[in-house]
Amino acid sequence: MQKRLVLDQQQIDIILKRFCHQLIENHDTFDNTVLLGLQPRGPIVLDKIAKTLEKISGQKVKTGYLDATFHRDDFRRRDLPLKANETKIDFLIEGKEVVLIDDVLYKGRSVRAALDAMIAFGRPQKVELMVLVDRKYTRDYPIMPDYCGVKVNTLESQYVSVEWTEKGFDKDAIWITEKA
Amino acid sequence: MSQLSTRHLLGIKDITKEDIQLIFETADNFKEVLNRPIKKVPSLRDITIANIFFENSTRTRLSFELAEKRLSADVINFSSSNSSVKKGETLIDTVNNILSMKVDMVVMRHSSPGAPYFLSRNISANIVNAGDGTHEHPTQALLDAFSIREKLGDVAGKKVAIIGDILHSRVALSNIFCLQKLGAEVMVCGPITLIPKYISSLGVKVEYDVQKALEWCDVANVLRIQLERQQIKYFPSLREYSLYFGVNKKMLDRLDKEIVIMHPGPINRGVELNSDVADSEHSIILQQVENGVAVRMAVLYLLAGAR
Repeated sequence: MQKRLVLDQQQIDIILKRFCHQLIENHDTFDNTVLLGLQPRGPIVLDKIAKTLEKISGQKVKTGYLDATFHRDDFRRRDLPLKANETKIDFLIEGKEVVLIDDVLYKGRSVRAALDAMIAFGRPQKVELMVLVDRKYTRDYPIMPDYCGVKVNTLESQYVSVEWTEKGFDKDAIWITEKA
Repeated sequence: MSQLSTRHLLGIKDITKEDIQLIFETADNFKEVLNRPIKKVPSLRDITIANIFFENSTRTRLSFELAEKRLSADVINFSSSNSSVKKGETLIDTVNNILSMKVDMVVMRHSSPGAPYFLSRNISANIVNAGDGTHEHPTQALLDAFSIREKLGDVAGKKVAIIGDILHSRVALSNIFCLQKLGAEVMVCGPITLIPKYISSLGVKVEYDVQKALEWCDVANVLRIQLERQQIKYFPSLREYSLYFGVNKKMLDRLDKEIVIMHPGPINRGVELNSDVADSEHSIILQQVENGVAVRMAVLYLLAGAR
């Protein structure tokens, strides 16, 4: 199978640090800000960012995991239904500034579902989107990231695979792979 | 695995352990949904569900209806007491008329064992059995096992005693299948007249002494005496039944361990279960009702997604 490296461990670390500094610049003390990782792969990025943020600024940020499976628009339309994941948000987001965090932005449908799912926890003051990889020219919905690690050109026949040491890989890495 | 092995939920006997685990994992997620400020998800917004109840029900019907509404499905309710069934319409005609209104799923309770099986062979909608006579009540068994799992961490290896009117109970049969599939040991206990003759062929222990059953078990699921299904007298009087087979606080105090008390409702207080037990910290009866909605949401969601 053909594979092309998009980001290696060092590049991912640099991007995560950049994200943290951008967040500090925009959200200052994080008094009114919460970070939500989109299941299933956003929470890993979120946890890394929360850890780095604490290291850089000494601040503990409110974080949660959001699963949008029950809000997807392709239920009963895809061959195999998606399995739901845990939603873990033990606070309300009413009046908060929310940063949604995911690994890859593709069609924008997951983010649309996440925006829908998020509203069950209150009406946020502002919502931003942070992604490690933005697959350019593939969007079905008018959704753009506010914080983006890297933009890549991909074909429909390819997918972006994200490998984390937390998932048992030797190193963190992001690849573009041909679909089997 | 992310989908069930079946299009219908007719009985626990027909589904696999993996199906049950998938239902539980999905119900975990729905339980979280039910604790949100907005307790509704749009998953079934293009689905219409008919609740067809040919037999009385309060808890199950309300629980199904709430589960359907929490999933954003359109719901129509039918009960035989105020319908054309009274005028002599057959089951298949009644259901076909309802289905011609473009209904996608049917939740049915019927007094005849096997009625949902008959229906599943004759109509295309997904069918959920909400109790068929003395046969099965699959969603009750699922929510019972889900509640045990929630309280004790796991069902496997646990000892569950089902106490009461086993002969007329669809809850007992579904519970036996469900608990055994999940690796629990099951005992049935009750008057000899209310225990089916060949029940031990299902691999369950049989006990006629309630105190001994309580000493053996980790969980006691106490069932109601189903007087409405009893054509003859199976025991001399309710008072005598209560004396010999009712569970009370004194009996629990005699045990050297804490056990969990369950009841599928409605409770005949003072008959099979005393108030000092039903309202005690041992009882998870209200948690069962709460879990019922989450488990039924999971069942409806997974069946709607099945191809």
